[in-house]
Amino acid sequence: MNHTDGAFVDVLQFLIMGIQRGSIYAMVAMGFNMIYNATGIINFAQGEFVVLGGLMMVTLTMAYNLSIVFAFILTVLFLIIAGILMERLTINPVKQPTVLRLIIITIAVSIIIKGAAMVFWGKGSHYMRHFSGTESLDFYGARILPQTLWIFAILFFVVVAYILFFNYTMTGKCMRACAINRDAARLAGINDRKMVMLSFALSAGIGAIAGIIITPIIQMDYARGAMLGLKGFGAAVLGGLGNSMGAVVAGVLLGILEAMGAGYISSHYMDAIALVILLFVLFIRPSGIFGSSEAMRLKEF
Amino acid sequence: MSNSILELEMLRKNFGGVVAVSDLSLHIEKGCVTSLIGPNGAGKTTIFNLVTGFVEPSSGQIKFAGRRLTKMKPHTIASIGIGRTFQNVQIFPKMSVMENIMVGRHLRSRAGIFYSSVLPPFLRKEEKKIQEAAEKQLHFLGLAQHAHLPAGSLPLGNQRMLEIARALALEPRLLLLDEPASGLNARETIAMGELIEKIKQMNITVLLVEHDMELVMDISDYVAVINFGRLIAEGPPAEIQENRDVITAYLGE
Amino acid sequence: MKGKNSAGFLALIIGIIATPFLVTNDYYLGVLIFAAFNSLACIGLCLLMGYAGQISIGHGAFVAIGAYTSGILTAKLAWSPWLAMLCGILLVIVIAFCLGIPALRLKGHYLAMATLGFASIVHIVVVAAVDLTGGPSGIVNIPRLDLFGYVLNSDRQYFYFSWGVVALGIYIAFNLINSRMGRGLQAIHGSEDAAASLGINITSYKVQVFMLSAVFASVSGSLYAYYVNYIDPGPFDVGHSVLLVTMVAVGGLHNIWGALIGAIFLSLLPEFLSFLSEYLEAFGIEYQPDFDTLIYGSILLIIMLFLPEGIFKGITGSMGSVVSSVKKSLGRTAGREQ
Repeated sequence: MNHTDGAFVDVLQFLIMGIQRGSIYAMVAMGFNMIYNATGIINFAQGEFVVLGGLMMVTLTMAYNLSIVFAFILTVLFLIIAGILMERLTINPVKQPTVLRLIIITIAVSIIIKGAAMVFWGKGSHYMRHFSGTESLDFYGARILPQTLWIFAILFFVVVAYILFFNYTMTGKCMRACAINRDAARLAGINDRKMVMLSFALSAGIGAIAGIIITPIIQMDYARGAMLGLKGFGAAVLGGLGNSMGAVVAGVLLGILEAMGAGYISSHYMDAIALVILLFVLFIRPSGIFGSSEAMRLKEF
Repeated sequence: MSNSILELEMLRKNFGGVVAVSDLSLHIEKGCVTSLIGPNGAGKTTIFNLVTGFVEPSSGQIKFAGRRLTKMKPHTIASIGIGRTFQNVQIFPKMSVMENIMVGRHLRSRAGIFYSSVLPPFLRKEEKKIQEAAEKQLHFLGLAQHAHLPAGSLPLGNQRMLEIARALALEPRLLLLDEPASGLNARETIAMGELIEKIKQMNITVLLVEHDMELVMDISDYVAVINFGRLIAEGPPAEIQENRDVITAYLGE
Repeated sequence: MKGKNSAGFLALIIGIIATPFLVTNDYYLGVLIFAAFNSLACIGLCLLMGYAGQISIGHGAFVAIGAYTSGILTAKLAWSPWLAMLCGILLVIVIAFCLGIPALRLKGHYLAMATLGFASIVHIVVVAAVDLTGGPSGIVNIPRLDLFGYVLNSDRQYFYFSWGVVALGIYIAFNLINSRMGRGLQAIHGSEDAAASLGINITSYKVQVFMLSAVFASVSGSLYAYYVNYIDPGPFDVGHSVLLVTMVAVGGLHNIWGALIGAIFLSLLPEFLSFLSEYLEAFGIEYQPDFDTLIYGSILLIIMLFLPEGIFKGITGSMGSVVSSVKKSLGRTAGREQ
């Protein structure tokens, strides 16, 4: 293999790694967007949903030896219930919400989930078996794990399900209506509180899926939530907050930039790359790469 | 008009596809009470927001005492002598009545963060001046007995008075009052009219948006009628009352 | 300072003077010294959150910058601790200015995330810049602080010194709140539009308070470094920034005393819990320090749901309502007698 081939393989390898990471950011970002669209809240516990999903899956598959499919479904259901509980117990009862108070409430929930995860799963990181083997495949010289293919496939599936749900089901359309104009939706007879609850449920569910599929690769531990949440938020902002398809593209892009940065600049600063991009986007173009600044001004924070 | 203090020239503001103010030209004469009237949504508050820098014009310009206000920030515009009140009263509800007015003295005092936090004894004189000026306003507006109550606890009429007192503390040359009588009862409305007269006597130019026609016709020197963002009539109150266009605008065809 | 606040201040001073006579155990005195560091950072954060209404989940980063500037300059370059602390202050002023100007144009959630991102970046740099910060192994041999040539060796001396700085911080905070600038900040909190219409430059004010609060955090970091004489990245992760916000929110966002009480309360809580664990063991419950995070979160959530004004307002508020209802009923009886 000559030198240029080596460089090409490197790029390909980083690209695969990047898309793999980015898929997770994309799904975290979609979770942010669903709750944001329904409530105008940024859920600071979004990253914790991912951690909880991953750790739950570890227990079900490794300790209880359930099949991957069964454990997958159970974990997602568990997180959906956790999401509903969070909304019912901490968001719904707040009668005079201020932005500051809501932020701190979701932070409190994130601390609680993190603390609970530490108590139940300890401080170590947890290994989980891959969905289908660890024998990596050859892709034009680059290596690709079967788990990575699973991640791509599941992201694709989630995106399709998302589009179908929000465009072709009544509930999805109602949620979109609430996102566009809550008062008008309420006047049209939509139960907006129910939509808020649903958004937490779906958002937690999507977080669980992200946690489940990435855990075999990164080995989940209780403390990963903040970083996953931050990077996912970076993807959400880059794609234009509230715009989930933008978030998918931005998430994958962020993952690729991060992998390239880690490969060509410094792996020590890998985590900082996505965050620096987040800050730049926030400071220079808070409406994201796809959003219009005109529309941004109409949004309340 | 050489005696005008505020000049709007071909002023235009679009919100998306909606034209809120459409190529409007208007001169406000110094020392007078000028009223902007017109149906709801005619663009009156937008004009206030344009003049005070809260909204940037799409085209046209605004001149205050010969200076162009284009691109100036609201706080800069306040500093050159334009005070305002808001349609939905914007007092600082958790601060006391006195403190509200003291905020109005902001531009007439100078203490910065370092002296404020580390060396307050050096500021005692300035603080005393701020306090005295605020007390003067309190007495002028008849709010002295409420000085130490939280502003949010006052009835609406007093809140509107307080908002004006606070703007007056700025010692503005031009004062923009956005529906000062809305929500007030008959007695309070009369008091408001008297107050505006007094403000005029202090040689402060007043620009007024108001729906209470009796009040407007009573205290205005000049009236401008706006509809759909356009100026449809202007003149002394007596003339406006006779104007056919105005009557149509208000009563419809 | 006036009225209730100066009474509170007097009580604080007396408390500071008396505490070392009551707490003779060095370990607990040490815990109280750590509480002073947190209190200092929280007072600054309270000015930003409670009075200017801006959230920062990044103040742990300013604490870290203060600590590391002090650590690097004293341990590696043998500078005077005071000069190093001053450098830390100047550095965070510059950083807070550069970060504040773009960040404070953002509101609510965006600002929270931007500051959180900033804190993460600082932590990553602290871990990764091994040549400068010593990386995960940190910096050792940081000297103790001296006061007019007199080295603060004992815990009691450091207790008085650090709490003296806290008292100074409170004095500064109250001065600011009751000044022209403090009124301007409260005005911004009340209505940004009205504040601007009165000539207040909102961005400038927010940035200035952001810088001041960063200075509080930086000094707290420097004092920490001079006390423990050794720093590593461990205590300066994102969790620390979140903890500071928690302290302020639990104590009471809109009141300096609240921030102080929140900081002391949560700083002492682990000790209290481990003390309690002896009793819990009797009931078959084995308490572990690992539960702390869970308990912090639960306290924060409960406070935010049921006492959004914080513990301080919760206590004084209920006391106030008791007093006023007593007064009312007294007034009623008096009225009947007449």
